[in-house]
Amino acid sequence: MEDAGFIIGSYVITFGAIAVYAWRVLRRSRRITTRVPDEAKPWT
Amino acid sequence: MAATDASPGGTATRGTRLIGAAAFVGVAWLVAFGLGFSPADRDQRESVRILYVHVPSAWLAYLAFVVTAVASGLYLFRRRHSLAWDRLAGASAEVGVLFMGITLVSGMLWGRLTWGVFWEWDARLTTTAFLFVTYIGYLAVRRLGGSHEQRARRSAVVALLAVLEIPLVHWSVVLWRSLHQEASVIRPDGDVKMDGLMLFTLFVGIVAFTLLYVWLVIHRQRTLTAEDALDDAGLDAAIAARRAEAVTAPEAV
Repeated sequence: MEDAGFIIGSYVITFGAIAVYAWRVLRRSRRITTRVPDEAKPWT
Repeated sequence: MAATDASPGGTATRGTRLIGAAAFVGVAWLVAFGLGFSPADRDQRESVRILYVHVPSAWLAYLAFVVTAVASGLYLFRRRHSLAWDRLAGASAEVGVLFMGITLVSGMLWGRLTWGVFWEWDARLTTTAFLFVTYIGYLAVRRLGGSHEQRARRSAVVALLAVLEIPLVHWSVVLWRSLHQEASVIRPDGDVKMDGLMLFTLFVGIVAFTLLYVWLVIHRQRTLTAEDALDDAGLDAAIAARRAEAVTAPEAV
């Protein structure tokens, strides 16, 4: 594939950024929700 | 959702796990079609493959900012000012900024291959960068001090103003002479200028990014709900401590 570095790089940056953001959100959610009572968690 | 569906710590439920699994499958399909099965373009050659992540991320960023504006409007104009709308607005804007950042970076890589430069101060690129910075400003406004209601009110006003930029970004290629190509799919004449397999790959990209958007927004919105509850609990504890001090203070004197 021509210009494979740019093309594969764009996919790595895209899904890498989403994965890092998702990991940060999930880590924060685990930290926070353990300190909150169940009444404050309408999804439970 | 039943209590047994949720994890003890965290914001996942059976529904989010299903959406997450579907998003993962969608991304795997997108990578397979985007990098493998779809053909090279006659003019853009292999660089067209970048567009299968660039275009969906741009469309979902627009959608995210529109959801932010609608949720902000619902917070401001409904009789009962529910903070749930404000938290949805904040979560959607945050994911929108992520997708807009991806749009800019993938667009720069595509531009380097197609135009020979990473960046040009062209109408579409400049208005997109301006939109990105505007929503970073929106997120900064959300972090200013004050009560949850103050945060919700002022950020809702900013969101309703910021969303007006989206038509400007979309029509910038028509309003000004632009280096950026005009729309290939959503065109005023209704004619889609794409090969069938390319169009299918783009469709897979839209579905995958939509699932990712929904999954991320649900988790972020629930985290914001828990953060607000923790803030309120901290405030209640501080008020109770001050009241206890006020009651015990005269006795000490």
